[in-house]
Amino acid sequence: MQDFIQALGQHAFLQTALLAGLLASLGCGVIGTFVVVKRIAFMAGGIAHSVLGGMGAALYFGFDPLLGALAAAVLSALLIGLVRLAWNAQEDTLIGALWAIGMAIGILFIAKTPGYTTDLMSFLFGNILLVPRRELWFMAGLDLVLVITVMLFYRQLLAVTFDEEFARLRGVPVAFFYLLLLCLVAVTVVLLIQVVGLILVIALLTLPAAIAGHYVHSLGGMMLIATLLGGVFTSTGLALSYGPDLPAGPTMILLAGTVYVVSAVLGRFLVRRRSRSRAQRRAVLSEAGS
Amino acid sequence: MTEGSVLRETSIKDPVISIRDLGFSYGESPVLEAVDLEILDGEFVGLVGPNAGGKSTLLKLILGLLEPQQGRIRVLGQSPRQAVRRVGYVPQFPTFPRDFPISVEQVVLTGRLGFGPMLGWYRATDRAAAHHALAEVEALDLAHRRIGTLSGGQLQRVLLARALVAEPAILILDEPTANIDERMEGDIFDLLARLNERLTILVVSHDIAFISGYVDRVACLNRTLVCHTTERVDGDLVHRLYGENVRQVAHAGTGPAHAQHRH
Repeated sequence: MQDFIQALGQHAFLQTALLAGLLASLGCGVIGTFVVVKRIAFMAGGIAHSVLGGMGAALYFGFDPLLGALAAAVLSALLIGLVRLAWNAQEDTLIGALWAIGMAIGILFIAKTPGYTTDLMSFLFGNILLVPRRELWFMAGLDLVLVITVMLFYRQLLAVTFDEEFARLRGVPVAFFYLLLLCLVAVTVVLLIQVVGLILVIALLTLPAAIAGHYVHSLGGMMLIATLLGGVFTSTGLALSYGPDLPAGPTMILLAGTVYVVSAVLGRFLVRRRSRSRAQRRAVLSEAGS
Repeated sequence: MTEGSVLRETSIKDPVISIRDLGFSYGESPVLEAVDLEILDGEFVGLVGPNAGGKSTLLKLILGLLEPQQGRIRVLGQSPRQAVRRVGYVPQFPTFPRDFPISVEQVVLTGRLGFGPMLGWYRATDRAAAHHALAEVEALDLAHRRIGTLSGGQLQRVLLARALVAEPAILILDEPTANIDERMEGDIFDLLARLNERLTILVVSHDIAFISGYVDRVACLNRTLVCHTTERVDGDLVHRLYGENVRQVAHAGTGPAHAQHRH
C-alpha cells in the first residue's frame, strides 16, 4: 500500500486510473441502485455483453471503440426494453440471445480487423491502467448526463421502479421512463467497461448498491453509500493490485464480492440477534405482568 | 342499505361513471357481457360477485388499463384514460415488492405525480398534501416507517392515503379488507363512509352481507350485472348471485352469510 501511494505521486497513469475508478463509481452508485431495486441485473448483463458487437464494429470501421460501445449499449437497451414491453413472455430467452449475438458479432469484427492490435482481453476484463487521460473527460461527461437525468426525472424514475401500474394510473408515461432507465444503464455500462471490462461490469453495477441496501432503507441513501463503496472498491482494488502486479479489474471485483458476502452474513446474524433480544424483552415483560 | 340513501337527492346529478353495453373477453371466453351501470355523483356503490365474475376486469376497464371490446365507458364525462388522473385507486394486493427501500411518506408522495411541473423534486405543497392525506387515514405516525414493516391494516391505510393525495373525484377500492383481520374491517369502512361525504366511492367486495351496512347500492356482477339494487340484501338476492345459475361457485349446504367468506 505504501508503494502504491508513493507511485501515485510519480506516475500520471496511476493518477488517471484512480480518477477513472472514482468517476465510474458515481455511475455504479446511482444507476446500480436502480438496477438492484428494480431487479434488472440480468438485463444489465445482456446490455453489457452485447456491447462487444459495437466495439468490434467500431474497430473494424476505424471509429473510437468507446463510441461504438455507447451506440451498441443504447441500441441493445432499447431492444431489450421494447421486447419486454411488447412481449412479456420469453424475456429471459431473448436477453440471453442478444447477449450471445452481440458478443459473436464483436468477435467476428475483431477477427477481421486488419492490423488488429488491441488486446481482446482488455475489452473483456478492462485495463484501468491503460485509460488515456482524454477519456476521463468522456467519462465525466457520461457522469454528468446520468446525474442530471436522474435529478430531473427522479420522481418518475422512482415511481416506475417502485410500482409501474400505479405510475401508469397517475398518467406517467411508463414505457418512456422504463426505456430511459435502461438507456441510463447502458451509459453506466460504458462508463464501467473502462475500469473492469464488459464481463465484470455486472458485479460493479450491483454489488455496491446491494451492500448499501443491507444498511440503508431509502433510494437516495443507497445511491450515496453505493457511490462511496464503489470509490473504495475501485481505489483499494487498484492499490492492492499494484504491488503484486495483479490485474486491477478482477482485484476490485473480488474485493467487492468479499465485502458483499461478509455483509450479507453479518446482516443475517444481526437480524437474528435483534429478533431474539426482542423476544427476550417480550418474555421479561410478560413475566413482570403476570 | 342505509335509510338515508333513499332520501339522498341524486336524480338531477350526472353520472360520474357511465357504462353502456360493455363486453370484454380474454381470448375465447367472455369475462363481461352487456354490462350497463351508472354511478352517480356522491354515491357509495358496492360491486359484489363471485371470484372470476369479472369484478377486477371491470375495474381495469374503468381505470383505462384495458380497452373495451364492446360498448363504451365514460368516466367524469371523459374516456377512462383521460379521466384516470382524477380517479383514486386502491389495489387489492400491493403491486410493488414489499422489501423496496422506500418510506411511507415517499410512497404517498408518488400519488402526487401529475401535479405541478414534470421536472424536479416534490414541492412543499406536495409534502403538505401527503401529510394531510396520512392524517385523514389516521396514519401520520407511520410517515417515516419503511413500507415493508407495516401490518396489513396499516398498509391498506397508506395505500388509501396514496389514492387520496391525488385529490380524486372518485375513489375505487378492490377488496380493501381482504388482507386484514376482521376487527379492522369496520374501521376501514367507517373511514370510507366519512370520505363518502365528499367523494364518490366504488368498492369491490365478496362480502355482500358486510358491506350492505355501509353502501347506498349494490351492483352484483357475474359476467353481466345480475342485480342492481337498493333493496335490502336477503337470501333471495344472494341466491340469484351465487345460486344455481352460477357455475363457478357452489355453496351447497352453507348459509349465505358464510358463503361469501369462501374464496
